[in-house]
Amino acid sequence: MLLLDQIGKTYPNGVHALERFSVEVSPGEIVAIIGGSGCGKSTLLRAVAGLDPASSGIVTLDDTAIRSPHPKIGIIFQEPRLLPWLSVADNIGFGLSDLPANIRRERVARALARVGLADKARAWPRELSGGQAQRVAIVRALVPQPEVLLLDEPLSALDAFTRRDLQDHLLDLWADTRPTLILVTHDVEEAVALADRVLVMRPRPGRLFEAINVNLGRPRDRNSPLFDNFKRHVLDALDRSLDRNVTDRQTESTPGRAMWW
Amino acid sequence: MTVELPVLEQSKAISPQPAWRLSRYVRPALGLVLPLAIALVWEIVVWLGLSSGRLVPPPSKVLSTLAELARSGELLRHIAATLTRVATGFAFGVIAGTVLGAISGYWTLARRLLDPTVQALRAIPSIAWVPLFILWLGIFETSKVALIAVGVFFPVYLGVLGAILSVDRKIIEVGRIFRLSGPAMIHRILLPAVLPAYVVALRVGLGLGWMFVVAAEFMGASEGLGYLLIDGQQLGKPAQILAAIVVFAVLGKTTDWLIEVASAPLLRWQDAFGRQGGDA
Repeated sequence: MLLLDQIGKTYPNGVHALERFSVEVSPGEIVAIIGGSGCGKSTLLRAVAGLDPASSGIVTLDDTAIRSPHPKIGIIFQEPRLLPWLSVADNIGFGLSDLPANIRRERVARALARVGLADKARAWPRELSGGQAQRVAIVRALVPQPEVLLLDEPLSALDAFTRRDLQDHLLDLWADTRPTLILVTHDVEEAVALADRVLVMRPRPGRLFEAINVNLGRPRDRNSPLFDNFKRHVLDALDRSLDRNVTDRQTESTPGRAMWW
Repeated sequence: MTVELPVLEQSKAISPQPAWRLSRYVRPALGLVLPLAIALVWEIVVWLGLSSGRLVPPPSKVLSTLAELARSGELLRHIAATLTRVATGFAFGVIAGTVLGAISGYWTLARRLLDPTVQALRAIPSIAWVPLFILWLGIFETSKVALIAVGVFFPVYLGVLGAILSVDRKIIEVGRIFRLSGPAMIHRILLPAVLPAYVVALRVGLGLGWMFVVAAEFMGASEGLGYLLIDGQQLGKPAQILAAIVVFAVLGKTTDWLIEVASAPLLRWQDAFGRQGGDA
């Protein structure tokens, strides 16, 4: 169980980025965090990753406080951040250096085959397309089998086709070991397509505005009226989150259910 | 309805074979065209009697001087003396520059303590040390090597320091996420990241090493290519001066090329502008 308890972050320059953000995420759950720019989404994710610890509040994973990077927590950034001097295979095996070489090689080969990049094992990162590079980054984060995987707008730099393809791929990979996923995004469709729960944040300082449970089965049909209904609901919450006259509603709502009642 | 283009024409249209594409053997030779042309023109001018060639001897005279020096064994002795000085000075300069540059780059406290002093010393023209070095270290080899080492030190120090400071924070974070220890972070992230800049610093340092060996050999040497220059000036032998300059050029270029070749396998991963010219 990943627990974020009253997380707040004030940067040394006085910017108040995040305020009293609390959420409980169950193992294997996919949570999307969405909100306008400057609402502290990335700050929150970096605090969970242990890269920039929170100024107040506490992050715990199975009762262990997270203050620095933890072996059970992986992260994928907006850019692939592959190490340019390592081949694709060595990049994927980067986090497995504690394992014996033969086991490492085997796990890397299996992972490469799993994402259809077996022929790129010896390629340099510069020889990959944007989508391929991000796929390698996703595999690199997943190969050490983290319990929690954080994704900081990992698909936002890709074109629409590649993005859709990688979303499916991500779900596919997630199904292998079912880690907890926390996905920061500003793409409403992506949030609804992937997440069990969408957390809408409001800016300055960033805090939780509304949580929406997406109780749709998988695979999800993006053209169904129900899917559209969830998208509309998230968009509506986003609109209201930017309106200063509306107070925070931290209640959970399920528009699907509400609609069919 | 779809219209299909004939496959052959399509592929022709996509990959035209440029007529000016040169073979890999002709390409390096292109660089020789200009110096050879200038040498040839000067040879003809002197041969036609348009110039006496006394102060600027024609290439044939320079070559015969070189051949004579080589035959007598003089050339080899001078080259060996100069090469030994450059190699020793370069080694000391590189070691000091790398160690201090790495320390200043890695530890902020060390940088605050060390860097202002090094930068102040850098502002002194290195040749200004010559009189002091001679007083301290004598007129023989030690002062010469010290001068070369000082010349090599600064570009290497600056190169290493700058390279470490400019390593992408995002790449460092990848190391942090995988919880690399301090030594592992240096070995697996910092070293490969600074390597391209380090090679450039080494090449700049080597260039300065060659520059300073001349200055060092001007300050009283009985052998070395710099000695050949001074000797040529004092005895009025411009062909000998030019011969020494040609040897300097060949040695400088060769040693630089050696660094380039030795580092090339380590830098194959680079995605740089220079690579685009690779197939032109």
